[in-house]
Amino acid sequence: MNLALAKNETGRALSDSFAVARDRLPGTGKVAEARSAAFDAYDRVGLPHRRIEDWKYTDLRALMREVLPLAPAPDAAALKQAAAAVKLQAIKGARRLVLVDGVFAPKLSELDGLEKGLAIRTLREVLEAGDAALQTQLFTPDTANPMVALNSAMMTDGVVIEIADGVVLKQPLQVIHVATGATPAAMFTRSLLRLGKDAGVTLVESYIAADGAKSYQAHDSLIVSIGDNSRLDHVRLVEDAREAVNISSAVLTLGAHAHFNTFGMTSGAAVSRYQATIAFAGEHSRVETNGVNLLNGRQHADTTLFMDHAVPHCASREVFRAVADDRAHSVFQGRIIVRPDAQKTDAKMMTRALLLSDEAEADNKPELEIFADDVTCGHGATTGALDESLLFYLRARGLSEKEAQALLIQAFVGEAIESIVNDDLRELAIAAAQRWLEARS
Amino acid sequence: MTALLEVKDLKVRVEDNEILHGLTLTVNPGEVHAIMGPNGSGKSTLSHVIAGKPGYEVTDGQILFRGEDLLEMEPDERAAKGVFLAFQYPVEIPGVTTWNFLHTALNAQRKARGESQLSSPEFLKKVRAVAKSLNIPQDMLKRGVNVGFSGGEKKRNEILQMALFEPAVCILDEMDSGLDIDALRVAADGVNALRSPERAMVVITHYQRLLNYIVPDFVHVMSKGRVVKSGGKDLALELEASGYAQFEDAA
Repeated sequence: MNLALAKNETGRALSDSFAVARDRLPGTGKVAEARSAAFDAYDRVGLPHRRIEDWKYTDLRALMREVLPLAPAPDAAALKQAAAAVKLQAIKGARRLVLVDGVFAPKLSELDGLEKGLAIRTLREVLEAGDAALQTQLFTPDTANPMVALNSAMMTDGVVIEIADGVVLKQPLQVIHVATGATPAAMFTRSLLRLGKDAGVTLVESYIAADGAKSYQAHDSLIVSIGDNSRLDHVRLVEDAREAVNISSAVLTLGAHAHFNTFGMTSGAAVSRYQATIAFAGEHSRVETNGVNLLNGRQHADTTLFMDHAVPHCASREVFRAVADDRAHSVFQGRIIVRPDAQKTDAKMMTRALLLSDEAEADNKPELEIFADDVTCGHGATTGALDESLLFYLRARGLSEKEAQALLIQAFVGEAIESIVNDDLRELAIAAAQRWLEARS
Repeated sequence: MTALLEVKDLKVRVEDNEILHGLTLTVNPGEVHAIMGPNGSGKSTLSHVIAGKPGYEVTDGQILFRGEDLLEMEPDERAAKGVFLAFQYPVEIPGVTTWNFLHTALNAQRKARGESQLSSPEFLKKVRAVAKSLNIPQDMLKRGVNVGFSGGEKKRNEILQMALFEPAVCILDEMDSGLDIDALRVAADGVNALRSPERAMVVITHYQRLLNYIVPDFVHVMSKGRVVKSGGKDLALELEASGYAQFEDAA
């Protein structure tokens, strides 16, 4: 079936592929019903476009045009290619969980010797035979967002991680998404992390392409609940192929006295959107979210955060740095809502964009909606070029133009990268930034 | 003998204003030249043009470094060849540690000269020795370049770089600005320690005071974009007594 032909002008191309793919999608009964409902929700809107406020700067009908057919499950050759790509991303001491073309790859993953209190299952297992409560949690994200709805309808696999109360894992968990297909296809994944009370873990998500994988689409979502007194450190690195699309959503909920520290960096993919909703459900919790976009060519990357302060005495910090060269386009939308009960909220957001060419574009859209009267909230945004006087100083000390720029770009994104607590992960992010800088010189 | 630095009949404009109207200066190895003059006489312009700062248009004349055309070179090439400008106002670079900056710069210069790269331990050893000789505390190296540095610390950081890069010619642009007398003495001691028969210095200053500490071999007085008088170190004392007014008309 040719989906491009089946597509109509509103971008609602998928009904055929949903019907076609339905047999391959795990889950029956309630799960299948939820999928159908989610698909209907998607189908009512289709691919979001610029007339929808939330997608004003990221018009998927123009940027993505169509949803590609579901990627085939990886064969032996694909797994071999994926294994080679994964090797380059391996973090010392991390437990690796690999999804190849949207399907969990046990042979590339490390499931031996799970620590006490750590349970890992695949999304497929849980959708096919999990308990009803967990299945319900997997469908929590709001299907009002069409791309979330599409993901709910089409999700094929992912990892479901449960960490029991009182368990603090020293070993980071690294979920690696690898695309291998040479023919354009889409993968739909969803993962879930349930962190109990008094628990802690570091979660790394990496998006990469095996040699030869080009114009694929990665549709991912993550659902996280952080229990009381627990801490989650989270690092997300998007290094997809330069022709690829990455549309990812996250829904996170924090209990009381919880701490969530997250860092995301996008240097890959032609078109990407990361939309995260972070909700405070318990008092005295804290969130630090840091992001970096490193873009050139015609890359388009959108980070859209929604910080929901629903309860009192919580704090949130958002630091975002965008670097755009050539004709690249960086988008940051940060919405903070402080609900009437959320007194003593302390919320701050700072975004800065560095434009390296006259044709590069950065859109910063902070939105503060404050309904409580005893709060500290603030936001700031700047956009500018590299400082000529700094460049000259460095060049007068022997650095070439590219070297001087590279050092200043590193410094510009440094504040965000420094927020990563774990030394190995910080090195991983620095290395990814380094790869981007080296590729442009 | 080829002069180290030769500025020949240099004319420079910024936008529509000609700032230097035919300036000539010859500096040989081992010599210390002081360039004095009132504000707006073109002293800093000269230092910027020698270092290659963008925004200046050379309309006539030449600058030769060891006989090579300096004006054809990028600023980083000039640095690698051995031209060093100590900035009047060293910039602050948040997020780049002094240590990383110095290491990157030194290796960039060495690479341009076809020399081997210094590893981190090799560099550490070298920078520590130099910092110690200048009484620069280690923790200054860990901070962002000039971030939160006092005026004296910034100038000491310039001198540290001078000592580390071992340039052939050092242009010191108003090194005394913003320094109290103690900081000035420390900075001058640092500069004096770097004087050598191979290295030349051009000390640009408004005030004679600095020249009590860095004693020049030659003094040139600039006014309105030209050198209007040259002489020995006594010329500076003469200026201190009589001021620049006498040269305003001469120019």
